[in-house]
Amino acid sequence: MTETALQDSGTQEKVASRREQRAEPLYVGRIRVYPRKVRGTLRRFKSAMLVLLLAIYYAAPWLRWDRGPGAPDQALLIDLPGRRAYFFWVEIWPQEVYYLTGILVLAALGLFLATSLFGRVWCGFTCPQTVWTDLFMWVERTIEGDRNARMRLDKSPLSLGKVAKKIAKHGAWLVIALLTGGAWAMYFTDAPTLVRQFFTGGATVTVYFFVGLFTFTTYLLAGWAREQVCTYMCPWPRIQGAMLDEDSLNVTYRAWRGEPRGKHKAGTSWEGHGDCVDCFSCVAVCPTGIDIRDGAQLECIGCGLCIDACNEVMEKVGRPRGLIDFDSARNIALQSAGKPPVAWRPFRLRTIVYVTLLFLVAAGVFAALGTRSTLDINVLPERTPLFVLLKDGSIQNAYTIKILNKQRQAREFTLAVKEHPGARIEIVGADPAGVLAAKPDHVATYRVLVSLPRAEVGEDSEAMTFVLTDKSSSDTARHQTVFRGPDR
Amino acid sequence: MTKREIDSISGQETTGHEWDGIKELNHPLPSWWLYTFYASILVAVIYWVLMPAIPWFNGHSNGILGYSQRASLDHVMEAATAAQAQYIARIDQAPSLAAIRADADLFNFAQAGGRAVFNENCAACHGLGGSGRPGGFPTLADDDWIWGGTLDDIAQTVRHGIRNADPDSRQSVMPNFGTDSILTAPQIADVAEFVLSLSNRSTDTAAAGRGKTVFADNCAACHGDNGQGKPELGAPNLADAIWLYGDGSKLAIMAQVTKPKMGVMPAWGGRLSEAQQRMVTVYVHSLSGGQ
Ligand code: SF4
Ligand code: SF4
Repeated sequence: MTETALQDSGTQEKVASRREQRAEPLYVGRIRVYPRKVRGTLRRFKSAMLVLLLAIYYAAPWLRWDRGPGAPDQALLIDLPGRRAYFFWVEIWPQEVYYLTGILVLAALGLFLATSLFGRVWCGFTCPQTVWTDLFMWVERTIEGDRNARMRLDKSPLSLGKVAKKIAKHGAWLVIALLTGGAWAMYFTDAPTLVRQFFTGGATVTVYFFVGLFTFTTYLLAGWAREQVCTYMCPWPRIQGAMLDEDSLNVTYRAWRGEPRGKHKAGTSWEGHGDCVDCFSCVAVCPTGIDIRDGAQLECIGCGLCIDACNEVMEKVGRPRGLIDFDSARNIALQSAGKPPVAWRPFRLRTIVYVTLLFLVAAGVFAALGTRSTLDINVLPERTPLFVLLKDGSIQNAYTIKILNKQRQAREFTLAVKEHPGARIEIVGADPAGVLAAKPDHVATYRVLVSLPRAEVGEDSEAMTFVLTDKSSSDTARHQTVFRGPDR
Repeated sequence: MTKREIDSISGQETTGHEWDGIKELNHPLPSWWLYTFYASILVAVIYWVLMPAIPWFNGHSNGILGYSQRASLDHVMEAATAAQAQYIARIDQAPSLAAIRADADLFNFAQAGGRAVFNENCAACHGLGGSGRPGGFPTLADDDWIWGGTLDDIAQTVRHGIRNADPDSRQSVMPNFGTDSILTAPQIADVAEFVLSLSNRSTDTAAAGRGKTVFADNCAACHGDNGQGKPELGAPNLADAIWLYGDGSKLAIMAQVTKPKMGVMPAWGGRLSEAQQRMVTVYVHSLSGGQ
């Protein structure tokens, strides 16, 4: 313990002393963090999340979903050249990208809710940066050993053993990074095809470029940048304070219980001595290299590993667990003042508002998905000329209509206008019976001429609703537009 | 070199700046930040060397790659022309205009290409979208065709034009009934009243009755017994709601009988390629659904 304590002398002092050694200390060097291995409930939970999330990420592109002939059979696929996104039974057209907006709003609200309840659990357990960094650290620990061994290795002079270990580590990192970058590309093209083409050299330059890019960024961010991403690059730590209040559960050092800290000799009285034995375990395990006993701070990602570390120490010295724990600012204040703690309050105005919004938006998204039509019609009225006069004195307007057939089969439609059953409709280029055909999964475009007797054109423009009806299923789509006539 | 000063409370070094007794602590950037900044500067320099970048004495620096947006536009245009070539060839070689009309793919292409040709060459007189212009430029988006509205009629009009020097151009002349003293002023007023009656707008039945005889003797040969027009002679329908010159009022009709105006259209046969003529024909035909 003493050895660790010495090595973990405070961050500030380290910065200061390092600066002393340099002639012109313009910029801080990075302070290397060597997180120690830890055992405990939260560590187990974090590992379980890691396995679960990575399994989903790597396996998802391999799920198949039968959409019939001519359509991709990948359950999750964003087909950029084909301008379609597939999500199991849902097929999204570019016009429907608002579903994505809905999902992003849901994700943001979920993040707000989780943060106001449990602090930075997203950062500590589920953020991709955290997950891959954790995985890379596990590799590092497996190859180079735990904290002390790694520190010793980095200090030791170059040797065959050291080089071998470094090569093994970076090699393993690169393999994981390649798998990660490769899996990313699989969300955008057919996975089995991609794998075959990738290794036979048949993939496009774009594919190699993006797989390379994501491999490189994974290696750089999870292997080298690590906590610096959370501290310097990520905007989220800077705004999440807005979601927290005094009832949010945060990783907290219970100073009222721990202070005054200091070494404690086994068997002696705890009178006048706080529970913290100043062993620096909490600092040694922290992946961002901070001392949680300094209070809440921007660098803390709320991963709770210091809780596990301190609990182990508390058990060893025979004091109750939870010197560091998830706790609310309210309880810390109460207990510091010597008052009894109150029960945690998950239902607060803020969380109720978040939950309500979450439900409303989710209901909206699901309702929109549930009533999603496989048929849509867009109507563009002709502007030049706005209208023309016909031989018999009636008025004619021209429209371009686009039929979005989102089904995987050819369909035939009839067209009518709602307000004027007697309107003459002529469809340029349709078959003589006036049937409009649309190819499977295609947009069909037609020029439509509508004429009304002069007497029926009242004001200078009339509402006009086109009704498109599927001949075989009586599925309909409507579009409201205007019919223009001369001013009277 | 000034002596570095350490703030006694925080133990941090200060920048040496002081305002009203407040000292600024030195919180340096991490070095990788700085390297990223240097790398950006390097990228800028490389870009400047490779690409056209800064104003120079006679234009701008060219960059050693020789890239230019104009050249790359030419490239894109070449590619587009190449991509269109096979459609153009198919339109050129189609056995008839009806065949183009029947092929959905070709029809779509011809409509789009025809619109471009039309906007460039025809819209100046006939208006965008064939909306026509007062003073004798017929609307092409309505259902009235002076010289016929079938695909072949339109093709003939486009190729040879109207009343021009082309030997195959469409020709017809309406006499100057008034200025050449073929009809008297009262006769012209009567015949105009009769023409109004063809679209049920006459208010003077006696005059219209007199005009009927004048019409039968002088006008029916071209415009038909009931003024229904003869497209083969380019004689407009006088019984419908559409008027080429004027608003169809009695005065406008009398003016046209007295000293007629007659439109001229150039022959496009020599100026547009075969495919362009075919596309513009298909486009014009589609404006009103054609005949
Ligand atoms: S202080 Fe504790 S909770 Fe915060 S990042 Fe470090 S180990 Fe995780
Ligand atoms: S808080 Fe716990 S782990 Fe941290 S130094 Fe004190 S006793 Fe050790």
